[in-house]
Amino acid sequence: MTTAEKYVTAAYLVFLAALLLYVVIIALKVGRLEHELTDLARLAREKLGG
Amino acid sequence: MSTSSLSEDGRTGKAGPAFDFGVASGRRGASTLALAAAGLLVGGIALALYWAPEDADQGFSQKIFYLHVPVALTAYASFAWAAWKAFRLLSTRDSRYDLESYTAVHMGVIFGLLTLVTGSIWAKISWGHWWSWGERQLVLFLIVFLFYSAYFMLRYSTEPGPRRERNSAVYALFGVALIPVSFLAVRIAGTILHPTVFTHEGANLPWEMFLAFCVCLAGMLSLAGSLYLAELAGKRADVALRDLRELLA
Amino acid sequence: MTYASDVAALARKDLLLELRSRDTLPAMLLFVVSALVVFHFALPAEESERAETGLLWIAIVFTALLGLTRAFAAERDQGLLDGLVLAPCDRSAIWLAKCISVVAFLVVAEAVALPSFALFFGPVGWELVVAVALADIGIAAVGTLLSAVAAASRARELVLPLLFLPLAIPIVIGGVGASLAGNPASFLGFLALYDTIFAILSWASFEYVVTE
Repeated sequence: MTTAEKYVTAAYLVFLAALLLYVVIIALKVGRLEHELTDLARLAREKLGG
Repeated sequence: MSTSSLSEDGRTGKAGPAFDFGVASGRRGASTLALAAAGLLVGGIALALYWAPEDADQGFSQKIFYLHVPVALTAYASFAWAAWKAFRLLSTRDSRYDLESYTAVHMGVIFGLLTLVTGSIWAKISWGHWWSWGERQLVLFLIVFLFYSAYFMLRYSTEPGPRRERNSAVYALFGVALIPVSFLAVRIAGTILHPTVFTHEGANLPWEMFLAFCVCLAGMLSLAGSLYLAELAGKRADVALRDLRELLA
Repeated sequence: MTYASDVAALARKDLLLELRSRDTLPAMLLFVVSALVVFHFALPAEESERAETGLLWIAIVFTALLGLTRAFAAERDQGLLDGLVLAPCDRSAIWLAKCISVVAFLVVAEAVALPSFALFFGPVGWELVVAVALADIGIAAVGTLLSAVAAASRARELVLPLLFLPLAIPIVIGGVGASLAGNPASFLGFLALYDTIFAILSWASFEYVVTE
């Protein structure tokens, strides 16, 4: 691979890495939201369902 | 704390415009956009790397242009979107624009960081240094990037509420005023203080390059749009869950 | 009460307050002279006139920041800002009055800084003086607004420089360019443009920033 090709590939890989990192962060967030939601569902059942 | 009355489709009490990208796009709109982003981006990069001719002067290293410039334009578009939402917040005093503006600024800063990194890599190939003050677009971008990074400092250090929403909105609006002013500033600075190196803007782009570029740009904008919707949904869910917790506790 | 008389009354209040308490202006004067001395030691032996001029502009920007951090301090400490906002005057009048007092402080500080610069480093041309005058307006316009924005945050002394510096970059470019270029007209024109755009923007958005 020539030097130019190496750098160009690096640039595209940086982009890909950033995108995947973002996906990971969103996945973590969704997990956290899900956890919070189940917690609140339990709380609601306790308070209202009896 | 901004009140968000929970209704079935997540709309707040106020009637919004028909094409309300932030709230009403729903699952179908968001997934169409994401699919479009995937198709356009993959297609665009394929066109750029396989089909478009190699630049006579710069050789293969010019191929970064298909990534760097769409990312930069997408960042600018995100900031413009944020300013539009900020303006809507100030004129309608509707709290929902606050999250939309904030998410758009976040998008802009993420794409902005990518712009600086890819620009730096391009500078390294072209001139051997990781940074070049002579590269006008990059310098302009740095100023704008610094400005919007400070946005987060402002947000994190202010208590949530209408005050923070309005301050953030005013600041986001100042940002778009700063962009043309800085452009002018960097331009005249080049004449006397920091000599401008010949930038990458070629005189006439061959139509194949232009087409590949356009597809990449469309892909990048769609990508930003999809990520924006995803992040906005997450933030809205956060707020709704917090309200719910307050109701139950 | 007309708009103009409101502005005059508020500006007079600020200036009189400073005249009596004398806590901001002396600090600014001492700071700018100390900064210039530090710059002398920071520059290696064969300093260029260009580097020195650049550093003068840095000194001005940071001295301005010092003053701006205190811009709404008096109102904040005594809980007067809410009272001012409730007063039956246009909110933007508060902005204009504060701008006038900030410009006044800056002019006094520069009346000390420029002669000191001439003493320590080199002669000061008319272009530099005009550029400084134009820059003062821009700094005051943007700085006053940002000071009110930062006042709402918990870390206001930290946040104000962060918010201000990116906006100060075009001012520095215009100022240094005007001081050093053979033809200062375009730089001075640019500073005037900056002042116009951001003064209008700050004047219009001040009321959104200061109401509760």
